[in-house]
Amino acid sequence: MIRVARRYVPILTTLALVVATFVAGSLAYPNFASAGVVRNLLVDNAFLAVAAVGATFVILSGAIDLSVGSVMAFTSILIARLIEHHAVHPLAAIALSLLAGAVFGLAQGLIIDLFKLPPFLVTLAGMFFARGAAFLIHPQSIGIKHPFVANVLNDQLSLRLPFGERGVSIPITVDIAIVTIALAAVVLRSTRFGRSVHAVGDDESSALLMGLNIRATRLGVFTLSGLCSALAGIVFTLYQQSGDPAACKGFELDAIAAVVIGGTLLRGGIGSVLGTALGVLLLGLIQTIITFQGDLSSWWTRIAVGLLVLAFVALQGQLSKRDE
Amino acid sequence: MTSFLRPRPALTSLAWPLAALALLVLFNLLFTPGFFNIELRDARLFGTPIDILNHASKVAIVAVGMTLVIATGGVDLSVGAVVAIAGAIAAMLATRTQAPFPLVVLAALAAGGVAGLCNGVLVTRLRLQPIVATLVLMVAGRGVAQLITDGLIITFEHRELSSLANTSFALLPIPAWIAIALALATGLLTRRTAAGMFLEAVGDNDRACRYAGVNDRAIKLAAYAFCGGCAGLAGLVECSYIKAADANNAGLFLELDVILAVVIGGTSLSGGRFSISGSLAGAVLIQTLTKTMYMHDVSADVAPLPKAIAVLAVCVLQSPVVKDRVSAAFSRGRP
Repeated sequence: MIRVARRYVPILTTLALVVATFVAGSLAYPNFASAGVVRNLLVDNAFLAVAAVGATFVILSGAIDLSVGSVMAFTSILIARLIEHHAVHPLAAIALSLLAGAVFGLAQGLIIDLFKLPPFLVTLAGMFFARGAAFLIHPQSIGIKHPFVANVLNDQLSLRLPFGERGVSIPITVDIAIVTIALAAVVLRSTRFGRSVHAVGDDESSALLMGLNIRATRLGVFTLSGLCSALAGIVFTLYQQSGDPAACKGFELDAIAAVVIGGTLLRGGIGSVLGTALGVLLLGLIQTIITFQGDLSSWWTRIAVGLLVLAFVALQGQLSKRDE
Repeated sequence: MTSFLRPRPALTSLAWPLAALALLVLFNLLFTPGFFNIELRDARLFGTPIDILNHASKVAIVAVGMTLVIATGGVDLSVGAVVAIAGAIAAMLATRTQAPFPLVVLAALAAGGVAGLCNGVLVTRLRLQPIVATLVLMVAGRGVAQLITDGLIITFEHRELSSLANTSFALLPIPAWIAIALALATGLLTRRTAAGMFLEAVGDNDRACRYAGVNDRAIKLAAYAFCGGCAGLAGLVECSYIKAADANNAGLFLELDVILAVVIGGTSLSGGRFSISGSLAGAVLIQTLTKTMYMHDVSADVAPLPKAIAVLAVCVLQSPVVKDRVSAAFSRGRP
């Protein structure tokens, strides 16, 4: 029983921190505990949540994907260019960019698997590749003015909740994030693929001896990561209503930070998507508080995130040391 | 076993980057007009090759330190952020105080060394994976640099500091001399003493090292501190070159170029084998490739794409899988 409890220490810590940060914010600033702030917290971090879900799979399998931010930028400029310059229907553009992301992820997985190269090196090259490709599609950002995106996707499909005087509308981007998190949680917990990801990340040789198909698992993980990056790029594009080849530089680090703060072990094997979602919330809350404070520069966010990652990694190190 | 018949590792590791460099030079000879135009003005050479050397030296200085870290089986992702921190400290000292120039240099180097030491402690004491341990400083370091400069770009008119990267000695720019001297000193220190062997042994198998009585932690710690110091030196060169400290952009994505230079130079990413001369060649190769693309109207934004393909191709060719295939194909004909 104690063993089980220890497993949940990181995620419970994150939960406690999320609650504590929110309470502290509410006490320190008037208007902090309002539906509007919570809504913005969700809206501003929807694409981080989607990207972090992909990163959770990769990190659980014991690998790392550094191409996330570049693939997001590639997706966003691809969609914008297709819609605005080639008169492609937004839904078709979205489907095409999802396919592109999945193929890109699969290609990275294949190179890693076939040539036994370290994931961080291959995805580092992938990060360069996707960033260059994004600028090749179009060197500047393109605003999306297609009526379908503004009216249907961003307006009609958003949820209206009866909070406050005028109500709160939850845009489709938040729904996408929540559905992604829920689906990923089910896949990780209750499918053969999800269990293989855990097993491969925990101990690759044991997984091999158990007869698991390690190659298929690894390819699946990287394909899924590419798919999630593309989806995050789509959410980002809907959020910004424009495509930008220079967007999301270094975003993979935020995604990895959210995963680590969410209690996933960086050497793989242990972790959860729900933890990652909490990690995203915590990062968002810190950002919100720094905005509310007003006189703190945004670089304090970087320092806070760095220290949080360090604290969580140290905590995990202590926990796994006691396990040995 | 024919391993003793193979050429020395140092030679094979240099062969790849030098061959690629030769190909690039040949390409430029044929298709880039004016690539080799060098002119002498005020006892200083100007021209594309000199430009390449100047920019490659920054990558090379950090690559020397990174080579040792990668030799121990680690990696340092924080060098770009450390460049920003060191540059910020140097610029602040040069503008806000009357500190003598040697003190400015020393402060930048010390800042880098301390940052590297932090990485080393995380890796050896907290036993974090190197990617993760240095990721922390990579994320937080740029924030620290901005904390030092108060979020401003600090420009300076300091005579000695701004002449460091903007003057020449014996025809070559000073940064190139710094890189060459650093590489020579490090090469002598590692290859003429047991230090290089210890580094490779720790990278090969740190547990076996410990059982054999080698202090593997101290060696790793020293490697990270040295790498941080190199990044501090590069930070000094960078801020001197642009006569300003820009916490946002100094050393941005430098870690990528540096790691690629080291890997292209034949240092094994899994540790246990390193080549400082290879890293130098890798740094020059990467900068030549970048410059060639610029001269052929590939925009700086698109340039990463062909760079990624080139790097991936080199890594695939050097991967154990391909090497085994090749050597199997060669040995098949023999009895």
